[in-house]
Amino acid sequence: MSIGSIKAVSANPTWPDEIYQVLKEVGVQQVALVPDAGHTRLIKSFEADNSVRVVSLTTEEEGIAMLAGAWLGGQKGVLLLQSSGVGNCINMLSLPNICRMPLLMLVTMRGEFGEFNPWQVPMGQGTQPALESMGVIIRRADKPEDVTRTVAGAAHLAFNTWRPVAVLIGQNVLGAKNFKEMAQK
Amino acid sequence: MTSPMVSSSNLLHRRAVIGELLRDRGDLLCVASLGAPNWDITAVGDHPNNFPLWGAMAASVMMGLGLAIAQPNRRVIVFAGDGEMLMSLGALATVGAQKPRNLSVVVLDNERYGETGMQKTHTAAGVDLTAVAKGCAIPTCLTVKTEAEIAGLRRAVYEGEGPVFATVKIDPEALPFVLPPSDGVILTTRFRQSVLGNEALYN
Repeated sequence: MSIGSIKAVSANPTWPDEIYQVLKEVGVQQVALVPDAGHTRLIKSFEADNSVRVVSLTTEEEGIAMLAGAWLGGQKGVLLLQSSGVGNCINMLSLPNICRMPLLMLVTMRGEFGEFNPWQVPMGQGTQPALESMGVIIRRADKPEDVTRTVAGAAHLAFNTWRPVAVLIGQNVLGAKNFKEMAQK
Repeated sequence: MTSPMVSSSNLLHRRAVIGELLRDRGDLLCVASLGAPNWDITAVGDHPNNFPLWGAMAASVMMGLGLAIAQPNRRVIVFAGDGEMLMSLGALATVGAQKPRNLSVVVLDNERYGETGMQKTHTAAGVDLTAVAKGCAIPTCLTVKTEAEIAGLRRAVYEGEGPVFATVKIDPEALPFVLPPSDGVILTTRFRQSVLGNEALYN
């Protein structure tokens, strides 16, 4: 890898398997998601787990409402999404906020470190302020070795104090793609 | 002889329909969307197993899905206004893909945005929500327009295999507000305590 690389630090990171274990340990039984490449391995783990219900959504705000319903029925869940999907959630975040319900969001970031697609930048840069404006507590993980502990801390914060908490997993961790380079090959 | 369930313009009264669906409800769990469906379920009798939304438009169907997954041995009914349903058509696709056997979605369709001045919704222009639900692979889809059809809807909600979707065409009447608690923490806590027991207060 060149010293100027924007690829993921590790081609086979351990954190997706570790956060699967963390989420199992805290008792997650419902997984709501709009797929993102950064969550591919975690999604596969949940899909192979018969004790967890994986629900693919048409838009991310559905997941906020679904996990509120899950909480009413006594189950914990997690919402997996890309930063662009955060913008689809804003008014729906009223629900966990005003009802003092836990919400755990794992957001894979675009539009920041090494981004090639200009269209990802506005929402990527707006992700954290948008969430904070709706009362969501933010934790960031910008190194692969920090992801597991950050997710564990966020999960305990969310489920023990009944708050919406989002972990932003930085593009530095995930590695930036470049479709323009790929198109030239 | 006119029925108390039907208006002078021969449309169903919304609270009469809901009263019939929530009568002798057993352990049925109920979510209602913001606005009139919230006031309606409260008017027929506030209940700890009701979750009336005061905001978060477009939440109701997906809340019902998460609740139905979490409580597979109980039946869940969602009452949504037509404006609410139009804002969350994608949720019907998600419900159709998940096929929860214990979930019913009942849309109270007055073809109006009732809280904001009775502006027409798309259903007034012929958009057919039952056809949308059918297209979303929801197996049981009904449109209810008459008093005689209510019994069949009640059977589908309590005994049928879900998911069930129904559009109930109702009179665009403005009824007195009957308000449940507005504090989300109270609504959440009383619901969880009722469904999960006192244990819910400790975690």
